[in-house]
Amino acid sequence: MSRSEPILKVENITKSFGTAHILKGVDLELPKGGIKILIGPSGGGKSTLLQCLNCLVTPDSGTIWFNGSVVDIQKSKELYAFRQQVGMIFQDFNLFDHLTALDNIIIALCKVKKKNKQQAKERAMVELEQVGLSDKGHLYPAELSGGQKQRVAIARALAMDPKVLLLDEPTSALDPELVGEVVAVIRSLAQKGMTMIMATHQISLIRNLADEILFMKDGLIAEQGTPRELLGAGVCTLSQGFCDKLNEITGEEI
Amino acid sequence: MDDLGFFRELFTGLNRGLLMSIMLIIPSALGGLVIGITAGALRAFGNAAVVRIGDGYAALFRGTPLVVQLFVLYFGLPNVGIYLSPYWAAVTAFVLCSGAYQSEYVRGALLSIKRNQYLGAQALGFTRLQTIFWVIIPQAMRRALPGCGNEIIYLIKYSSLAYIVTFMELTGEGKTIATEYFRFTEVFLVIGFYYLILVSVAKIILRKTEKALEVPGFGSA
Repeated sequence: MSRSEPILKVENITKSFGTAHILKGVDLELPKGGIKILIGPSGGGKSTLLQCLNCLVTPDSGTIWFNGSVVDIQKSKELYAFRQQVGMIFQDFNLFDHLTALDNIIIALCKVKKKNKQQAKERAMVELEQVGLSDKGHLYPAELSGGQKQRVAIARALAMDPKVLLLDEPTSALDPELVGEVVAVIRSLAQKGMTMIMATHQISLIRNLADEILFMKDGLIAEQGTPRELLGAGVCTLSQGFCDKLNEITGEEI
Repeated sequence: MDDLGFFRELFTGLNRGLLMSIMLIIPSALGGLVIGITAGALRAFGNAAVVRIGDGYAALFRGTPLVVQLFVLYFGLPNVGIYLSPYWAAVTAFVLCSGAYQSEYVRGALLSIKRNQYLGAQALGFTRLQTIFWVIIPQAMRRALPGCGNEIIYLIKYSSLAYIVTFMELTGEGKTIATEYFRFTEVFLVIGFYYLILVSVAKIILRKTEKALEVPGFGSA
């Protein structure tokens, strides 16, 4: 499975909120170009784990390696530099509401990457083109559909040239008919070899994109393996049972 | 003609007072905004000690009558050796009072910005200061604008209190003439009309500012 040195590796990540132990010691290795998919019941810790990976939620304990070296999350400079290289896509997009689609991308390039306005604009146009929204750059988030907002969010993350992309249920907040456009963008990222770790309930993504499925339950990785191992014909796994349930809801074939 | 002399004196006096009022209102409004934004931001994002100081300031200046604040600044401070001219006593009181109210609007607006806006910025590698400066403040500004504008409109009217520390602005000039001719009704109706015009001008400027900053689907419109 391990094709190369992991680009992102975490060991023994724990996190509690008050008395609720959300993560109870999670280990994870993400090889370059790998795609891991997190599934499992709500409250199992998928979102918290993803947010711990770039320290939007500070883990209580654990170590993060990026590109072979430990990230010292106590040093804010190091943390900000780390986050620049780890893109994140959220369930509810998190676009900046006061800026147009184009400016959402430009501001990150200008303020964080310190590019000049012209370079930033050119790059932003390229990224919008990639997600098929080059004609929507002048619109504000409130004027875009959910699927379009998520594609802008992906373009914004990609403009930062991330080495890894964290996707937290990227299609869960979308109307069913808009899921396809976002799935298509994620698929094309996978084809280009983007390293990704994604929490999702989208059967087609789980089945077709994952190198490895991680089934999370009660703050731990309960099962992990390739889609064939966990979802193959005749296997009896937690993942299989979970995906069967998703199927009953969506009526999708797996 | 008694009337002609009266009206000539009235309008000369009121126009002079109007100019004084404007000289009072503009620096007070700007100063109040600066104090309000600073105090509001500190109260929203500061550490516990800073928040307590900010809250104390707002509680004091929102909790006591402006007249009392004016009296303390003008008649009280000389007791400790600080002498303010009527003009500076009035401006100081207005700035501090207006700033306390403004800080409330600013604080509320800053705290109303959703957590996902912070997350979006942080995930891109924004520092805390960059997040506040480039994402939170531009949004909060739009939310706070109607409230802050409202406070400026109040300020225009309570600037009339400056006459009780002997600063001869619009109301002060009017009152002198009214007393002299004993024609209170006409004089105060005209004074009211002057304030109405001042407020209308302020409203137009505020509308234009709101329009210029308008973003579809965002806050007021």
